[in-house]
Amino acid sequence: MQMNQEFKPTIVAFCCNWCSYAGADLSGTNRLQYPANVKIIRIPCSCRLNPMFILRAFQRGADGVILCGCHPGDCHYTTGNYYARRRMTLLFSLLDYMGIERQRTRVEWVSAAEGAKFAATMNDFVDTITKLGPNRRLEDLRCKSE
Amino acid sequence: MQRIGVFVCWCGSNIAATVDVVQVAQALAKEPGVVFATDYQYMCSQAGQDLIGAAIKEHGLTGVVICSCSPRMHETTFRKTCQKAGLNPYMVEIANIREHCSWIHKDKPTATEKAVILGRAAIAKVHLNAPLTAGTSPVTKRALVIGGGIAGIQTALDIADAGFPVDIVEKKPTIGGKMTQIDKTFPTLDCAACILTPKMVDVSQNEKIDIISYAQVEKVQGFVGNFSVTIRKKARYVDESKCTGCGLCTEKCPQKKVPNEFNLGLDTRRAIYIPFAQAVPKVATIDPDYCSMLKSGKCGVCAKVCAAGAIDYKQQDELITREYGAIVVATGFEPIGMDKFDEFAYAQSPDVVTSLELERLMNAAGPTGGTLLRPSDGTHPHTLVFVQCVGSRCDGGEKGKPYCSKICCMYTAKHAMLIRDKYPDTEVYVFYIDVRTPGKNFDEFYRRAVEEYGVHYIKGMVGKVTPQDGKLKVQASDLLGGRQLHIDADMVVLAAAIEPDKSARPLATMLTASMDTNDFFTEAHPKLRPVESPTAGIFLSGACQGPKDIPETVAQAGAAASKVIGLLSKDALTCNPCTAQPDELKCNGCSSCENVCPYGAISYIDKPFRGPNRTTLIRRVAQVNPAVCQGCGACTVACPSGAMDLQGFSNKQIMAEVDAICR
Repeated sequence: MQMNQEFKPTIVAFCCNWCSYAGADLSGTNRLQYPANVKIIRIPCSCRLNPMFILRAFQRGADGVILCGCHPGDCHYTTGNYYARRRMTLLFSLLDYMGIERQRTRVEWVSAAEGAKFAATMNDFVDTITKLGPNRRLEDLRCKSE
Repeated sequence: MQRIGVFVCWCGSNIAATVDVVQVAQALAKEPGVVFATDYQYMCSQAGQDLIGAAIKEHGLTGVVICSCSPRMHETTFRKTCQKAGLNPYMVEIANIREHCSWIHKDKPTATEKAVILGRAAIAKVHLNAPLTAGTSPVTKRALVIGGGIAGIQTALDIADAGFPVDIVEKKPTIGGKMTQIDKTFPTLDCAACILTPKMVDVSQNEKIDIISYAQVEKVQGFVGNFSVTIRKKARYVDESKCTGCGLCTEKCPQKKVPNEFNLGLDTRRAIYIPFAQAVPKVATIDPDYCSMLKSGKCGVCAKVCAAGAIDYKQQDELITREYGAIVVATGFEPIGMDKFDEFAYAQSPDVVTSLELERLMNAAGPTGGTLLRPSDGTHPHTLVFVQCVGSRCDGGEKGKPYCSKICCMYTAKHAMLIRDKYPDTEVYVFYIDVRTPGKNFDEFYRRAVEEYGVHYIKGMVGKVTPQDGKLKVQASDLLGGRQLHIDADMVVLAAAIEPDKSARPLATMLTASMDTNDFFTEAHPKLRPVESPTAGIFLSGACQGPKDIPETVAQAGAAASKVIGLLSKDALTCNPCTAQPDELKCNGCSSCENVCPYGAISYIDKPFRGPNRTTLIRRVAQVNPAVCQGCGACTVACPSGAMDLQGFSNKQIMAEVDAICR
């Protein structure tokens, strides 16, 4: 129990520049709180996310990775989020095969106007990962010694 | 190895209150490659920018990391700063320690730690940045205005005035929009038609403006400066070039029972119609849902009476494709439906009307010729009850809208005043939550309604309206008097909330312009860029961006026009240099990237490569047109051999950020 309280997960959030990154900005502007564990990486579109990046994050010790993009149909580049959705489905089956907990990766659609949804999503995700405990299966400890 | 400078901004107390900026600068100074790190109160100020410029020169910086507000806010500012100091503008990375850190955390050590990590990720990325040079793309010097209401009209006139051609696409058979249905305007009480119709005529006579009426945008391709738009011009079964607008057909058509949408269904029109006398273009339109000739092939009266021979029952929809440099959205608003508000008996009694319907009932060109009569029996009403905020300011938003519709308080004061002025024997009650009158001469106007015209303003909501014996029993609460009121009214007028036009949502999808949760278009910045959409080349005019009255709409329309003129005045636009770039040695010409590219920016060429034993191999490799590529990165992930990469957001750069965060 003591262990769990001290566990502060590392969470990488990939946000598309047009909707979700702006949504994250809005939750900041509105001073909506979410844990500091979440670190956001800006990508132009959710379709820029190579599933490799997620595996890399897990390898380097991330405990959870979340991808946020525009709502289906609202992509700035018209169809990018549809590609992202298909690719993530594939990645999920790979992660399932590898025995990685399903909850560690998540895809959410957050528009530029949904600051509250962004904060709520992050709160919920951090909560889920904290309960799940640290990612041990994919973390490569050799990376830490570099 | 890069020589990196780190600049940590306090943003006054916005960052400094929750992030120990000095500590962040000290921590980041120890990162590899960092040769200079400092903090300053306002990095974006002139002094702050000078500081960055001086440091670039003094320390020979090759990369810059700025820990400040969101890159969506000041990335361009800092890129320009670095460019002035002789550094490639794309050697700048921003760590967002305000919106993503100081503003969302309260605990200073935690926020400071996070700021350091975000700074570290930006440093890791900038190590891999390469200088980029932006190319240019040409600008099509023509604008498209979607919507021909007062917003679209004003925008088109202002753009045309600067000498650029403009097309207005209007879905109705005539331009003019909601303002044509309004009788008088607040707070001056001048007649809406008298100020609008001359503008409509100006539009039709302006050589630079092309009105495409009874049409809708069907497809939008391209990007800022180079849009290609397909417009569906619906068949009106009348040849516009031949029709003189004499109106004979609209008198002779035997199909008389078509609800007249211009009068909101309060009277009827014929199956062939001209919406109203001052319509522009003044051309008849056949309503295919009601025309017997089109439905069953029997009739043909209009064709017989038309001296100009303009009737064409075989007319088909026409698809027009044109190129534009800029697009202005002016799709406007509509009042919400009253079907969820059974308590006001709107469906049960014709004497319960919306404010826009009342507008028609008081208009000289309306169904009653301007005399206020009860729709049920045509008698003069003696007691009128106005209900404010019907569907506006509804908590939860299930039944109505969470926002204030802004215009209702003022038009209700106008209606109440006009009725009391014309019919002093009537009693007028207005039930309100709050009376909101911010605007020039607005409060004075409202006070005149109360003080000079004796309108009864009662703070409280109407609970129920029951039609009974030809009267409307109104049950309401008087909050200030602390009592229940029962009023026998002759008419009840509902100030229906306004919402964006139904066509706005599919249009936003086509334009990839963002909307808020209420389907109003989002502006690029709520304060500093109020008439631009975040999508470059798309501008916002009028109520499609939020509820507004006529003066505000006209002001915004002019502002949008000036932004369009600014864009169209340029001969070339700077492209985004963060485009995809294939590694020809890895590319195997499989077409995976071409298949996912939404812009058709990828093509293939056969290129000679050196093969074994001095042979030449011809290989098919991908080629990206940087003027067309918008830098989404879809191709980079689709490429099976990893040949495609995105400049500015390369695989290595993103992975370096991941590594820095997870370290």
